[in-house]
Amino acid sequence: MTRRRLVGTLAFAAFTAVIVAAVALIPMQDYTMHILVQTATFSIAVFGLAVVLGLCGQINLAQAAFFGFGAYAVGLGTSTLHLNFWLALVIGMGFALAMGAVLGMTTLRLGGHYLAMVTISFQQIVTLIMVNWIALTHGPDGVSGIQRPALFQSAQAFLAVCVFAMALVGYMVWQLPTTRLGRAMRAVRDNELAAGVAGVNVYRVKVAAFALSAVLGGIGGGLFAGGFSYVSPDQFSFAESIVFITMTLLGGVSSPIGALIGTGLLIVLPESLRFLKSVPGLYLAIYGLAIILIIRYMPDGIWGFVQDRVRRLLPPPPFAGAPEELVLTQAGTASPGQEPPALEVQHLAKHFGGVKAVDDISFQVRRGSVHALIGPNGSGKTTTLNVLSGIYTATAGTVLLAGSDISAVPGHARTIAGLGRTFQNIRLFRSMSALENVVIGAEQGGHHAEVSHAALVERARAALAFVGLEGRAHERVTGFSYGHQRLIEIARALAGQPTLLLLDEPAAGLNSSEKLGLLELLRRIAAKGLTILIIDHDMTLVTQVAEHITVLNFGRCIADGVAAQVLRQPDVIAAYLGTEPDAPAFH
Amino acid sequence: MDLALQLFFTGLGIGAVYALVALGFVLIFRATNVVNFAQGEFSMVGAYLMVVFAVDLQWPYGWAFLAALAGMALLGVIFNLGVYYPLRHRTFLPVIIATIGASIFLANTVLALYGPAPQVLPGWFETPGVQIGPVYLDSQYLLIMAVTIVLVIFNFWFFEHTLLGKKLQATSQDKEMASLLGIPVATMIMLTFVYSALLGGIAGILVAPILFVSIQMGATIALKAFAATIIGGFGDVKGAIIGGLALGVIETFGAAYISVPYKDGFAFLVLVAFLIFRPQGIFGERVAEKA
Repeated sequence: MTRRRLVGTLAFAAFTAVIVAAVALIPMQDYTMHILVQTATFSIAVFGLAVVLGLCGQINLAQAAFFGFGAYAVGLGTSTLHLNFWLALVIGMGFALAMGAVLGMTTLRLGGHYLAMVTISFQQIVTLIMVNWIALTHGPDGVSGIQRPALFQSAQAFLAVCVFAMALVGYMVWQLPTTRLGRAMRAVRDNELAAGVAGVNVYRVKVAAFALSAVLGGIGGGLFAGGFSYVSPDQFSFAESIVFITMTLLGGVSSPIGALIGTGLLIVLPESLRFLKSVPGLYLAIYGLAIILIIRYMPDGIWGFVQDRVRRLLPPPPFAGAPEELVLTQAGTASPGQEPPALEVQHLAKHFGGVKAVDDISFQVRRGSVHALIGPNGSGKTTTLNVLSGIYTATAGTVLLAGSDISAVPGHARTIAGLGRTFQNIRLFRSMSALENVVIGAEQGGHHAEVSHAALVERARAALAFVGLEGRAHERVTGFSYGHQRLIEIARALAGQPTLLLLDEPAAGLNSSEKLGLLELLRRIAAKGLTILIIDHDMTLVTQVAEHITVLNFGRCIADGVAAQVLRQPDVIAAYLGTEPDAPAFH
Repeated sequence: MDLALQLFFTGLGIGAVYALVALGFVLIFRATNVVNFAQGEFSMVGAYLMVVFAVDLQWPYGWAFLAALAGMALLGVIFNLGVYYPLRHRTFLPVIIATIGASIFLANTVLALYGPAPQVLPGWFETPGVQIGPVYLDSQYLLIMAVTIVLVIFNFWFFEHTLLGKKLQATSQDKEMASLLGIPVATMIMLTFVYSALLGGIAGILVAPILFVSIQMGATIALKAFAATIIGGFGDVKGAIIGGLALGVIETFGAAYISVPYKDGFAFLVLVAFLIFRPQGIFGERVAEKA
C-alpha cells in the first residue's frame, strides 16, 4: 500500500468512526432517522450500480429486484422462520449473488441491449412472483414484524449499523478501481476487444461485476428491511430500479462518493417536494426527463464534475528514480535449430458465409526475426491477424505458438500464452492514463498474481520509457497525438512480455517523421530478440525492417521467403501493380 | 382441438401486434445501432391519442385514426431531436439509458395527465366477429392480422423497390459512405424514427380494444417485442415478424394450459432459453465487432 493510500484509509476510518458515533448518540426525530436509514441502505445498492455500470459499463435495470431479495430474505427469515438476523441477511446476499451470477452468465456473452432488456424482464418476473406467490411472499400485503439483531434493537442503534455498513462497502467500492479486478473492469468498459487482447477474460470480469452489484443490492435490501420492519412488493418494482439508476447517474456513475451524493439528493429532494407525489406519475416523469438531461449535459454526474476540477489542481506525484530497462523475451534454452518456430500457421482458413477471406494459408515465423505479411487491400491480412489473436474463430487450420497448439485457445488466453498485438485503428482505454493502459497490458488480466503491483507498475514504466513516453505517464491517453497513442499501444503489448508481437498496420496514419521514429523503435525491439509479425502497406517500412515476407492475395498465400527475393517475384509485382506477369513492372 | 385452434388464432392476433412493435425496434436498430427502449411507449401513446380523439372528442374513427398517426409522426420527430440526435456520437450505453429515460418520461407523463384508471377504446367494427366451424374469429383480431400483412408487404416494397427505401437502407448500412453519396443522413434517421413511431402507434391502436388502454401496456408490449426480435434473430426483419407471431401463440397457450397470472412470464422464459441455446435466434447471425 502506498503512503498516500494509507493516509487516505486512516482518514476515512477516523471519519467513519466519528459519523457512526454521531448517528448512534445524537438524539434525533423518527423522521430524520427514517431518511438516514433509507439513504444508507439505498446507497449500498447504488454502490453496486456504480460497480457494474460505472466501472464495468454494463447496465443493470433490476437492482430493485436484488434489493428485494435481501429485503425478503431478512423479512421472511426473521418474521416467519424466526432466523437470526445476520443469518437471514447472509441468505439474502447468497440468493442475490446466485441470481445475479445466473442472469449475468446467460446474458453477458451478448451485447448490452440484451442485458438491458433481460434485466427489465427479470425485474418484472420478480415483481410478478412477489405479488402472486402468496404462500411464500404474503403477496401484496407484504411482510411485517421484521426483527432486528439482538444487539441493535433500537432504531437508532440499527441506523448506526446501516451507516457503518455503508461506510465499509463504500470503502471497498472506492478502492476497487485500483485493484486488478477494478482495472480489468475499466478496461472492459472502455474497449472490450482491446481488453481481451490485453489478456483480460472479458466475460468473467463482466459476470463478476454483475454478481457483485447484485450482492450489494442484497445487502442494502436486507438492512432496509431491518430498518423499516415492513416490506411490500411495490418497494422493489421496476420504478425503484429506475430510481436507483437515476441516483447513480446524477451523483456520478463511477464513484461511491457520487453514488452517495445522488442517493442523498434523490431521497431528500422528493421529501421536500412532497406535492409532486400528489399527482401520480409526476415525480417519475421528472426522473425520466432528468435521466435524459444528465446523460446529455453532465455525463459524469455531479461528483465527476467536481473530481475533474480537483484533478486539474492536484496532479499525481512524479515517479522517484529512473525507469528500469525493459526486459523482453527470455532467451530460449534449447540450442539454435532445435527450437520450434515462434509461430507456425498450417492450412489456416476463415470463411464468412461463402466468402473465403483466408483460404488455406501456411507460413512460419522464425524465432527472433521480423516477418511481414503483405498483400493488396482485401487480401486477408487483417483477417489472418484476427484469427491468430483469437478474435475470429478459424474455419480450419492450426496455429502453433512456439510449438504449442493454440488453435482452440480463447483470445485473452493467447495473450497470456505470449501473443501481443496492436490494432489498425487504435484501441486504447480512453478514460485511463497512459500508465494505466500499459499496466493492464503488464498484468494480463490478473494472470501474474504472484507479481506485486509495484513490480507491474515498474514494468509498465519501463515499457513506456522504451517507447519514449515515460515523462507523460500520468496524462490521459486522449490528450496524446495519434502517433503517440500508437506508441502507447505498442508499449501496452510489450509490457505483457510477449514472445511474438503482432503489429496491424502500425504506420497507418503516421507522418514521415513519426514513421522514422517507428522504424527505429521496431529495430530496437528486434535487437532485443523479440519476434515481430507486421502487416503494413508502407513498402518502404516493410523492406527496411522485414527479413522475411509472406504475400497474400485473395486469401491465398502467393509468395513466402526472404524479403528481397519475394519482392522480385513477377506474380507479387502483378498483385500489387496489376500488370501482366510477363510485362515489365517498372521502367 | 377446437380450443387449440381458437387459441392459435388468438395467439396469432396478439403476436401480430408484437411483430409490428418488433419491426419498429429492428428498423431503428439497423439505422442507428441503438435499441430504442421507448418503442413500447410509442404504442401506449398511440392508443391514448386514439382515446383522446375517438372517445373524448367523439371524432369519427377514421379521422381519429389519422389524427393519432399525425401525433405519432410528430412524436417520432421530437424523439429523434430530443433523445437520439444529441447523443449520436456517443457509445451505445448513454443512448440506451436516454431511451429508457424517455420511456419513463412518456409513461409517467401520460399517467400524470390521464390518471391511473385504464381507458376503454371500442373496436373499429360494429360486428363483433364471425363463427367459422369451431373457431370464432373476432373482428378486431382479423383486422390486426390484415393490417399486419399489409404493413409487412408495404415494408418490403418500400425498402426494396423505392428510392427512399434504398436511401434508408444505405444509411443504416454505412452512414459515412451514404453521406458521401449525397444522402442526407440526418433526415434519413429522422424518417426512420417517424416510421417506427407510426408502426408502434398503429400496433397500440390495434391492440387497444382487446387490452385496456393503460400506462403499463407499453412496457409489456416492448418486453414481448424485444423477446420476439431475439427469437427471430436480432436485427432481422423477417425474424422479428416470425418471432412476434411465435411468441403470441406460445404465450396464449401458456396462459390457457399453465397459468394466467404468470402469462407475462412466458416471454421471459422463452427469451432466456433462446439466449442460452441459440442467441443468434432463428434467422439472425451474430456480427462480431470488427478489429
